[in-house]
Amino acid sequence: MRLFVSEGAPGSLPVLAAAGRAQGRAELLISTVGPEECVVPFLTRPKVPVLQLDSGNYLFSTSAICRYFFLLSGWEQDDLTNQWLEWEATELQPALSAALYYLVVQGKKGEDVFSPVRRALTHIDHSLSRRSCPFLAGETESLADIVLWGALYPLLQDPAYLPEELGALHSWFQTLSSQEPCQRAAETVLKQQGVLALRPYLQKQPQPSFLEGRAVSNEPEEEELATLSEEEIAMAVAAWEKGLESLPPVQPQQNPVLPVAGEKNVLITSALPYVNNVPHLGNIIGCVLSADVFARYSRLRQWNTLYLCGTDEYGTATETKAMEEGLTPQEICDKYHVIHADIYRWFNISFDIFGRTTTPQQTKITQDIFQRLVARGFVLQDTVEQLRCEHCARFLADRFVEGMCPFCGYEEARGDQCDKCGKLINAIELKKPQCKVCRSCPVVKSSRHLFLDLPKLGKPLEEWLEKTLPGSDWTPNARFIIRSWLRDGLKPRCITRDLKWGTPVPLVGFEDKVFYVWFDATIGYLSITANYTDQWEKWWKNPEQVSLYQFMAKDNVPFHGLVFPCSALGAEDNYTLVSHLIATEYLNYEDGKFSKSRGVGVFGDMAQDTGIPADIWRFYLLYIRPEGQDSAFSWTDMLLKNNSELLNNLGNFINRAGMFVSKFFGGFVPEMVLTSDDRRLLAHVTLELQHYHQLLEKVRIRDALRSILTISRHGNQYIQVNEPWKRIKGSEADRQRAGTVTGLAVNIAALLSIMLQPYMPTVSATIQAQLQLPPPACSILLTNFLCTLPAGHQIGTVSPLFQKLENDQIESLRQRFSGGQAKASPKPAAVETMTTAGPQQIQVLMDEVTKQGNIVRELKAQKADKNQVAAEVAKLLDLKKQLALAEGKPLETPKGKKKK
Amino acid sequence: MAAAAELTLLEKCLGLSKGNKYSAQGERQIPVLQTNNGPSLTGLTTIAAHLVQQANKEYLLGSTAEEKAVVQQWLEYRVTQVDGHSSKDDIRTVLKDLNSYLEDKVYLTGYNFTLADILLYYGLHRFIIMKLRHRLVRNF
Repeated sequence: MRLFVSEGAPGSLPVLAAAGRAQGRAELLISTVGPEECVVPFLTRPKVPVLQLDSGNYLFSTSAICRYFFLLSGWEQDDLTNQWLEWEATELQPALSAALYYLVVQGKKGEDVFSPVRRALTHIDHSLSRRSCPFLAGETESLADIVLWGALYPLLQDPAYLPEELGALHSWFQTLSSQEPCQRAAETVLKQQGVLALRPYLQKQPQPSFLEGRAVSNEPEEEELATLSEEEIAMAVAAWEKGLESLPPVQPQQNPVLPVAGEKNVLITSALPYVNNVPHLGNIIGCVLSADVFARYSRLRQWNTLYLCGTDEYGTATETKAMEEGLTPQEICDKYHVIHADIYRWFNISFDIFGRTTTPQQTKITQDIFQRLVARGFVLQDTVEQLRCEHCARFLADRFVEGMCPFCGYEEARGDQCDKCGKLINAIELKKPQCKVCRSCPVVKSSRHLFLDLPKLGKPLEEWLEKTLPGSDWTPNARFIIRSWLRDGLKPRCITRDLKWGTPVPLVGFEDKVFYVWFDATIGYLSITANYTDQWEKWWKNPEQVSLYQFMAKDNVPFHGLVFPCSALGAEDNYTLVSHLIATEYLNYEDGKFSKSRGVGVFGDMAQDTGIPADIWRFYLLYIRPEGQDSAFSWTDMLLKNNSELLNNLGNFINRAGMFVSKFFGGFVPEMVLTSDDRRLLAHVTLELQHYHQLLEKVRIRDALRSILTISRHGNQYIQVNEPWKRIKGSEADRQRAGTVTGLAVNIAALLSIMLQPYMPTVSATIQAQLQLPPPACSILLTNFLCTLPAGHQIGTVSPLFQKLENDQIESLRQRFSGGQAKASPKPAAVETMTTAGPQQIQVLMDEVTKQGNIVRELKAQKADKNQVAAEVAKLLDLKKQLALAEGKPLETPKGKKKK
Repeated sequence: MAAAAELTLLEKCLGLSKGNKYSAQGERQIPVLQTNNGPSLTGLTTIAAHLVQQANKEYLLGSTAEEKAVVQQWLEYRVTQVDGHSSKDDIRTVLKDLNSYLEDKVYLTGYNFTLADILLYYGLHRFIIMKLRHRLVRNF
C-alpha cells in the first residue's frame, strides 16, 4: 500500500503516528505530493493524506487511515472510539482549522486563536477527568488518542494554547507527546519549525467555513426542570405570604452617589467610545448596554451604584476627522459628543454621568499620575524612528501610512498590517510609503519618547492579579488575554505621541508632545467622575470598599487589565483597581462584519429610524449578547424572537393575567387559596428567580434573560392547564379556583415586570403602571417571590405590550442596511475629489475655504507654532484645489511648492 | 430528516423491536441515546453502529479490516460532507464525486451492502433525488 502525504499537511501527524501499528503486516511506501495534487481519482478537490490500498481502493479520511492501521494490528472497534472519532470530525476539526488558519495564515495570536477551540478543549478535559481514565477510551492508549493527539498537536505544542487549568488534557497530551511513534511523527511533519511548518499547506487551502458562521450561535442550552424538595416549597410559600411587608424601606436617590462604609458599593464603567465614530450595534451591546443592565440590576438590589461613561476625544483620529470636516478638533468633539449622548439617551442607558476626556480634570489627574510615575522611576526615555509627512507637517500614525508590503509586495498595505498576507508590519519597513492624507512620501525621522516601564511594574502587577483574580468574575477571555501578555513578557510601552490634540506632557523637552490616548483614556474614568463630584476620590482611591466593574469588548482588555493597573500601582496612591473585568466577544452583522464605510449594518443613530422601539432593540441585543462566543445580529432572528418570545410568550402571559383580573374580577385581584400545585409553581418561580440573581451577580446577562422567559413560560402553561376563562362560568369551587389562578398569574406578571427592568425599562414601567404595582415593589428586587398584589388590590387599564414584526417590514429593513447607502451618512464631503459637483457641493466647499482661511489668518495673527500654521495652510490649499476642481477651473500652482 | 427520525427508521430496517428514545443536543441537534447499561452515546453514526451491533448484524459494519475502514470513512463523509454543507456548489461536488466513485461499484464497499449505504442514502434523500441519475440511484 502507498501513503501519499504533502509538506505541512496536518493530517500526516496522526497517520504517521498510527502507521507503526501496521508494521510487519503490510508494506508501506510513502510518496510526497504537492498540496494541490489530486491523488484520489474520484474526488474533485485535492485531499491528503491518502492511503492507496493494494486492492486499488483509496482511504482519503485521516481517521479512516488510522483506523485501518489499528484494525490491521488486531484492534477491535468500540462505541466509545467511534464516538470520539465522530466528534473529532464534526466538532473538533472545524474549530481547529479555524484556529490554525488564524494562527498560521493570518498571523493572529492569543485569544483570537484560542477562542474557537476553547469549548472543544474543555470538552476533552472534562471527559478525561470525569472518567478518571488516563486515555480517551480506557486504560490504554488507542485509536481515539492518536487521532485526537495528531489533530491537536500543531496547536497545543505551543504551551500558550494549553491552559494549565485544563489539567487532565495537559497530562494526557504530555503522555502521548512523549511516546516514540508520536515524537517521530511530530519531527517528520513539523521539522522543528513548530506550527509554521504547516504554512505552505494551509495557505493553499480555502478559508475554513467555520469562520463564516459555525462559531456563531444564538441558541440557548436546553432548559431542565429541577426537582423540588418539600422544604424548598415550604420556604417559598412562607416568603410569598409575607408579601410587601418584607420589603426594606426604599433608599432615597442620593446626589451625588457616594460609597458608604459597610454597604455594598458598585462602581461601573463602560469602555469610552471613540468620539468620531458613530457606534454600531456591536459597540452598543459590547459595553454601554451590558453595563447598563448591570447598573440597573445593581440599583434594584439597593447597592450604592455609580455608572459612568463618556467620549474618548483625544488622538490622531480626531485631528484627521477635523481636517476632513474642516473643523477644529474641539468642534469635532463637541459635535460628535452630542451624537453619542443622543444615541445612548434613545437606548435608555442610565448613566449617572456621560462625560468627556477633554477637560481640565483629565489634564490634572493624568499629569499627577505621570509625575508620580516619574518620581518613582517607572518612566524611561528612548528614541523612536517614525514616519513624518513634511507636507502635512506631522508624524504619521500607523493607520495614516500606506505602501507596499515588504513581505508580499501588495501595493496597499497599511502601516500596521498587510490586508493581503495578514502579516504585521512596522510602518518604517513599508516600501514606497505614502501619507494617506496628502499622498506625498513621508521621511523617517527620529523622535524622543517616554515609555512606561512595564517590566519593572510586572511584580506588583502579578501580586495584584494573584490577589484579585481568584473568586472574581473576570470573564475567561479577559483572563486568557492577560495571561498570554504576561507569558510573552512585558515590554516598555510608549506613552507619548507627536501630536497636538491631547493631554500635554509636563516634562522639559516634551512640550510639543502629548500623552498617547491609551495612557490617558483609561484615566478618563477618574476625570469624568471628578467632573461629577469633587469627592471622586471616595470612589477611585477606596479599593477596600468599592467593587469596580469594567465592561468592554475583548480588544480593550490589555489596557484595562494590565496597562492602567500598572500606571495606578506605580503611582502608589491607593487607586481602586478593576475587581471584575467583563469582556464580550464580537457581534457580527448577518453574515459579515459591521462596516461604516460600506454602509453595512445598523448604527446607533439609524436604529431609531426603523420604527422599532428601543426596548425591542435592547431585548434582542441582550438576547444575542456575545457572551463566551461570537454571535450575530440577524433580522430574521430578530423577527422570530420578537414574535415568539416577546409577543407570544412574555407579552401574551402578562396581558392575559391582567385581562382576567379586569374582565372577570372587575379590576380587583381576587382571593387566592393555594393548592399543592400552586405551591409547587411558587417554588419553581422562586427557584428561577434565584437562578436569575446568581447569573446576574456573575454578570451573565444573556443567561439571566432566559430565566425571565422561563418564568413566563411556566406562567403560560399554568393558565393553559387551569383554564380560568372556563372555570369562571362554573360552580362556586370552580370560580374560586379561577380566582386563585388569576391572582397568582398576575403576581407572577408583577414579578416579571421587576426582573425585566434592567433589560427593558420602558416595558417594565408600562407593566407596572398597568398593574398599579406599589412603588416600593417597583424599585427593589428580593431573592424571594413575594405576593406584591394582594387580594383586593385594584389594577389599572391593561393593554397589549408588544407589536408583531412583519416579514415585509423586516425584509425592507434588511435591504436598507445591507450596504450601498453609506453616502446617506451626514458628513459633508470635503476630501474626495468630485468630478460632478453640484451647486450645493460648491457652496459647501466655498464655505469650507472661507472657514479655513480664517483659521490660518487667526493662527498667523497669534504667531502660532510654524508647523501648525503650515498644516492649516496645507489644508486650505487642498480645499482650494478641490473647489477649483469642482468649479471646473484650472489649478493654480501653489507658490514655493512642487506641483505633483 | 431529523436525526432521531432517521435512527428510528434504521431500527425498523434492522428489525429491532424496542424503540429507543433520542434526545437532541446543541444547535445542530446531534442525537443522543441513553443506554441502560452505560453512559449515553452521542452522534448519528456512533449510535447507528451501536444499533447494528445490538441487532447482531455486525456484517453491516464490514467484514475485513479494509471494509471496516471504508464503511467508517463513508459514515464520516456522511456527517461531514453531506450534512456539513448546504451551498449548491458543495452539494453538486458531493454528488459528482459519489457518482464517479460508484461508477464501477454496486455498493460503497464494492459488493457488500453496509451501514454506509443506508446512512448515505438517508443523507442524500433530502437533496432532489431527480437530479441523481446514473448508478447511484440504481444501487438502492
